[in-house]
Amino acid sequence: MTAHTFKVWRGERGTGAFQDYSTDITEGMVVLDAMHQIQAENANDLAIRWNCKAGKCGSCSAEVNGHPKLMCMTRMDELPAHEPVTVEPMRAFPHVRDLVTDVSWNYEQKKRIKKFKPRAPDAPDGTWRMMQADVDRVQEFRKCIECFLCQDVCHVLRDHHKHDEFVGPRHLVYTAALEMHPLDIEDRLGDLKDEHAIGYCNITKCCTTVCPEHIAITDNAIIPLKERVVDSFYDPVVKLVRLLRAKRT
Amino acid sequence: MAEYERVEHDVLVIGAGGAGLRAAIAAAAGGARVGLVCKSLLGKAHTVMAEGGVAAAMGHVDDRDNWRVHFADTMRGGQYLNNWRMAQLHAQEAPDRVRELEAWGAVFDRTTDGRILQRNFGGHRYPRLAHVGDRTGLEMIRTLQDHAIHLGIDVHMEVTVVQLLKDRDRVAGAMAYDRERGRFKLFSCGAVVLATGGIGRAFDITSNSWEYTGDGHSLAYDAGAELVDMEFVQFHPTGMVWPPSVKGILVTEGVRGEGGVLRNKDGKRFMFDDIPDNYKGQTADNEEEGWRYTQGDKSARRPPELLTRDHVARCIQREVREGRGSPHGGVYLDIAWIKERLPKGAEHIRKKLPSMYHQFKQLANIDITAVPMEVGPTTHYIMGGIRVDGDTQMSNVPGLFAAGECAAGLHGANRLGGNSLSDLLVFGKRAGEHAVAFAKSQAAARLAPVDADASVAAALEPFERGGSPEAPYAIQHELQGLMQKLVGIVREEGEMRQALSGVAKLRERAMHVGVHGNREYNPGWHTALDLHHLMTVSEAITLAALERKESRGGHFRDDYPDKDPAYARFNIVLRKGLDGAMELERRTIPPMPDDLKAIIEEQKS
Repeated sequence: MTAHTFKVWRGERGTGAFQDYSTDITEGMVVLDAMHQIQAENANDLAIRWNCKAGKCGSCSAEVNGHPKLMCMTRMDELPAHEPVTVEPMRAFPHVRDLVTDVSWNYEQKKRIKKFKPRAPDAPDGTWRMMQADVDRVQEFRKCIECFLCQDVCHVLRDHHKHDEFVGPRHLVYTAALEMHPLDIEDRLGDLKDEHAIGYCNITKCCTTVCPEHIAITDNAIIPLKERVVDSFYDPVVKLVRLLRAKRT
Repeated sequence: MAEYERVEHDVLVIGAGGAGLRAAIAAAAGGARVGLVCKSLLGKAHTVMAEGGVAAAMGHVDDRDNWRVHFADTMRGGQYLNNWRMAQLHAQEAPDRVRELEAWGAVFDRTTDGRILQRNFGGHRYPRLAHVGDRTGLEMIRTLQDHAIHLGIDVHMEVTVVQLLKDRDRVAGAMAYDRERGRFKLFSCGAVVLATGGIGRAFDITSNSWEYTGDGHSLAYDAGAELVDMEFVQFHPTGMVWPPSVKGILVTEGVRGEGGVLRNKDGKRFMFDDIPDNYKGQTADNEEEGWRYTQGDKSARRPPELLTRDHVARCIQREVREGRGSPHGGVYLDIAWIKERLPKGAEHIRKKLPSMYHQFKQLANIDITAVPMEVGPTTHYIMGGIRVDGDTQMSNVPGLFAAGECAAGLHGANRLGGNSLSDLLVFGKRAGEHAVAFAKSQAAARLAPVDADASVAAALEPFERGGSPEAPYAIQHELQGLMQKLVGIVREEGEMRQALSGVAKLRERAMHVGVHGNREYNPGWHTALDLHHLMTVSEAITLAALERKESRGGHFRDDYPDKDPAYARFNIVLRKGLDGAMELERRTIPPMPDDLKAIIEEQKS
């Protein structure tokens, strides 16, 4: 058991500062344990958002030593042993208090995406047939736990504050899960191009790097969606055919 | 006069896990203006933790399965204390509720002919659990959430209800505070659906998160509702035991469903040593047959690792107590061994149990495809809860409905794995529908301002005692230790008497608890308010457990280790007496109709 120093962000609504705490670290501890220990021993009112403590709910997102992480899945023994650990809230969203941010914007974005619309059932009993090979891809996207770390690290949101125009990687993954769902017949490509501004993503893959579920966000979701948008709106041959058809009628 | 915002709904759903979401969807579909209160953010409730699957007798993998078998399995698992009407409705309606999820976009794992795949689970006779790897709960809650957000439901995130309010004898509102600002909301409504989940935080070792402090049980109890079967707490046999900080986190039963076996430190599969008589006929008596069962051989019987959870948990406890446990006080759960049988074993494990692989790798530095896990029992679920009508899910208090874990009846003395996810779909829908019907039949709610003021004042009291030496975390911690030690897996009269007086003392201390800071996102304050609920459920569990002088299902007594047929005839019901003390009653179980009796007989073989 050794004492470790933490620099924890304390403050409300944008104002605040790092405050030093020292707490004992035992074998196998994660950052969230350390925060709870500090909360119980030194700072009863330290605001932390958390639930499952098993990497399944995506509530305890924060920035640990400057990296977007789930606190419950960040082991102390993977951090430098003799340096203080900094813990601060996600920076791409409005600050509420201490380590808690207001992530409600994300919930609003999801509502703007057209919902699942299945084709008519395949069987008379109202059910469908889908092969495992055809759903593997969608199942990868549906692993998302909505921790919003990908949103936090995305420079379009974090640095350029395009929250009014760009839905962010999480919602591109959500759209991909719908668009590539074998049963879905809705068309979201126009929205992706205009309303959701997929063009802003310039494939720096930061979102993929921080995803705790290891979803290949950029390669498997965003790039294929970009290709579909390009095929649908910018392909010169398609454009020409459309133009000619329009003239003939 | 206290300050609060007034909010009006036809139906107020408290709790936004699977049951709450399904109830809200049903209520919205019924044309109601619906409010959905979540203690956390939307989509984070404990349903996400459910791993193994949702039980529904669709018969996709074994066509011998049907609702009659599922009904009989559920009753056998519950040791016949179940509300048989709920067990019947559940078995009959679960398949439609699962198919409905597919129509809303859920993507379950598939059979080779493209239908929803089903897997084996403890106590289920045939492969019955529709699943998505080992993250079925996440798939369910996300599907319900993504469906619900387009239905015009008002979602109140990070809002905690502190009291239910009444208009004469019916429940017609609730007082709540929002976590972010600490401001109060007065909800008035035609009906309330409670879907607040469990009580795991009353115990030290638990798979439950901070939210599960028995809020719904306690809110309903204070409003005059009856609680039933509170002695039946499910200790899941397999929680992580190491490292210390993750103690209690769930290891899915799916590991055993896929062929994982339990061994003690001598390498012995101890589950073969103790197979209860009523399960002997359907349990394998050798390792080879057990393995064939997990691989889909329909002529094989299931391995003893897949006996009911109460039994497996006690066997593990026995091994540990008698000195045959693993170094960190558990036993070994080995899935890696299947590599001897399957050519691409390691890959198969990662495919079938991805989040278990991930969880052990990341939290314990253990590769489950190479070495065994160490596991031990963890407080997981409460079978008991608010007594409800089987068809409508209404409690004995008009206008107050309950569904999911906080309601009781379906599971009796022990719940089968997979039956909770189907429970919340089937009865969430029913609760939502009947809540709408009730709300429509009522005049507008009239809530007394004096009640609302009193509710706010009580909630703010801990701030007025800021200088008090009693801190909320310390009391919560003591209560958890006490319940774990004295009212845990193995119970005994003297210890439980001790627990009862211990809880009374802690309740007294909790009344003097003080908190610092302000009302904005202050976890110390929130914990102080949760204490009341924790005390109520702890007292209820202990009282009921003292009354049941036998061992049955999740309730095991060292001083009465056998089942007593006399105790098979009633449920234990608790309510708040006029003097405020907890009253207990033995309530006779109504006779089962002949057609259901016949099903149980025909399935006994």
